[in-house]
Amino acid sequence: MPEISRDEVAHLAMLARIDLSDAELDHLAPQLSVILESVASINGVAGDDVPPTSHALPLTNVFREDVVVPGLTAEEALSGAPAVEDQRFSVPRILGEEA
Amino acid sequence: MSDLTRSTAAALAEGLAAGEVTSVALTEAHLDRIDAVDGAVHAFLHVDRDGALADAADSDARRARGEARGPLDGVPIAVKDVLTTRGLPTTCGSKILEGWVPPYDATVVARLREAGLPILGKTNMDEFAMGSSTEHSAYGPTRNPWDLDRIPGGSGGGSAAAVAAFEAPLAIGTDTGGSIRQPGAVTGTVGVKPTYGGVSRYGLVALANSLDQAGPVTRTVLDAAMLHDVIGGHDPRDSTSIQQDWPSFTEAARAGATADMSGVKVGVITELAGEGWQGGVMARFQESVDLLVAAGAEVVEVSCPSFVHALATYYLILPAEASSNLAKFDAMRYGLRVTPEGDPSAEEVMRATRDAGFGDEVKRRIILGTYALSSGYYDAYYGQAQKIRTLISRDFDAAFADVDVLVSPTAPTTAFKLGEKLDDPMAMYLNDLATIPANLAGVPGISVPNGLADEDGLPSGFQVLAPALADDRVYRVGAALEALHADQWGGPLLDKAPVLAGAAR
Repeated sequence: MPEISRDEVAHLAMLARIDLSDAELDHLAPQLSVILESVASINGVAGDDVPPTSHALPLTNVFREDVVVPGLTAEEALSGAPAVEDQRFSVPRILGEEA
Repeated sequence: MSDLTRSTAAALAEGLAAGEVTSVALTEAHLDRIDAVDGAVHAFLHVDRDGALADAADSDARRARGEARGPLDGVPIAVKDVLTTRGLPTTCGSKILEGWVPPYDATVVARLREAGLPILGKTNMDEFAMGSSTEHSAYGPTRNPWDLDRIPGGSGGGSAAAVAAFEAPLAIGTDTGGSIRQPGAVTGTVGVKPTYGGVSRYGLVALANSLDQAGPVTRTVLDAAMLHDVIGGHDPRDSTSIQQDWPSFTEAARAGATADMSGVKVGVITELAGEGWQGGVMARFQESVDLLVAAGAEVVEVSCPSFVHALATYYLILPAEASSNLAKFDAMRYGLRVTPEGDPSAEEVMRATRDAGFGDEVKRRIILGTYALSSGYYDAYYGQAQKIRTLISRDFDAAFADVDVLVSPTAPTTAFKLGEKLDDPMAMYLNDLATIPANLAGVPGISVPNGLADEDGLPSGFQVLAPALADDRVYRVGAALEALHADQWGGPLLDKAPVLAGAAR
């Protein structure tokens, strides 16, 4: 199993949308390597004939009756929002400056 | 009644029914106890004095009209801060949810309210339930009432410490890899992880959906059973909730308390012993097994060979699910928003917010999960872990074909010192060695206090696991062991805990 490099951690942090500082990268990268080394022991333990389990108990899809049930009001749904405008979530710009 | 805070919930329920005590009086007694000791213990993140007393007054009025909603109507409870509570802050121990007040109740919380249990407050936890010591809370650690320099276990250290310190007779915890049972073991209290799907996850802020399960945190097995009877059962709002009628767990616990174990076949798990297991914990375990034998149980050793891979499997599946679940903390709809200088984009706001709002352990696991789910690594890590999950379930199936319950020590050691493992993630993860297999296979488990280790005089726990849906067995065997030990000790283990000096919040 490959060791995880500082650059890889920086890339993963970008994918996970977390701004890690240099100090955090220095701290996290070696710890992640140790964890990965430990979990790598499972490689090859289960052969191709073993089916994967996603949930411990068998599940079937669940539907409910197509009837109206009360939900949150707009005020309730917006009550925890960092910014609200005209009964909507107000968010920063989503396009680049050149757009 | 004498000391209200030291009574069991079952005794409080009887006192209420007999008119010997009011819910207001016993809720007030617990709020006073919180005021007196929680400055030292820090089990609570939020205490709702006014709300709890108002609920208690309603309960007393109901009972006076002859309309009590059940045995626990009026018995107060503490709730882990990972379950949403309408009108009460819910932080999950994270800065990213600081000050968030949910507009809805988790189903577990709604059922507590319907059953008339006043909610004392919200208990401390490792951030988003990631940890085994409650040191990863963004609001500071909870301390173990047995020794304030030691951890109370995690992630539900707050709930376990609250009942161990007599701040609440009952509490709710959640168990993803042992977060109810391991804190129970190290604080000398009882914790139950029900069968996956036995208790609704609606309103439980998800850590790992396929593993999370809420359950009782109490001082006695009977109290846990009574609480389970209140919170369990099918919920149409949780698509993984099991649709079936459950037997009365209260009756199972009462039957077990007769301590007759004849006809019960108990399997000792070979793999959960050996190197890394504290001598005093193993000595207490053997003593408990001997007590069960003396009470008529047949005990055999059972090998579950895939369990040696459970820890590694868990630390791939959990981060993978967690990294996906925590993507919802995006600074747009609720929680913290950190806006960098200038005219930042939504993505830059997200990145800055998640850096400021998440602690170290959460970042570690999100990045680990993102890695495990990356193309190129998916089959080697996540895919492989899911297959081993199948092997672990097969080990349980094979074992339960031969025995009624499986047993092991709940945790490999007693409570360690605060700070000792904080920056060594793998050492921290090893605490969950014995509890994780149950989560991977969805089976129920209980931890019952079974004595003090000779080396350090700290509590150890005895774990009982049963097949999926057979939660009644963990109550029956757990109650039997509890009764056998109480006879041996002349009272509950918590009688031996040091008296907490008053330390105001």
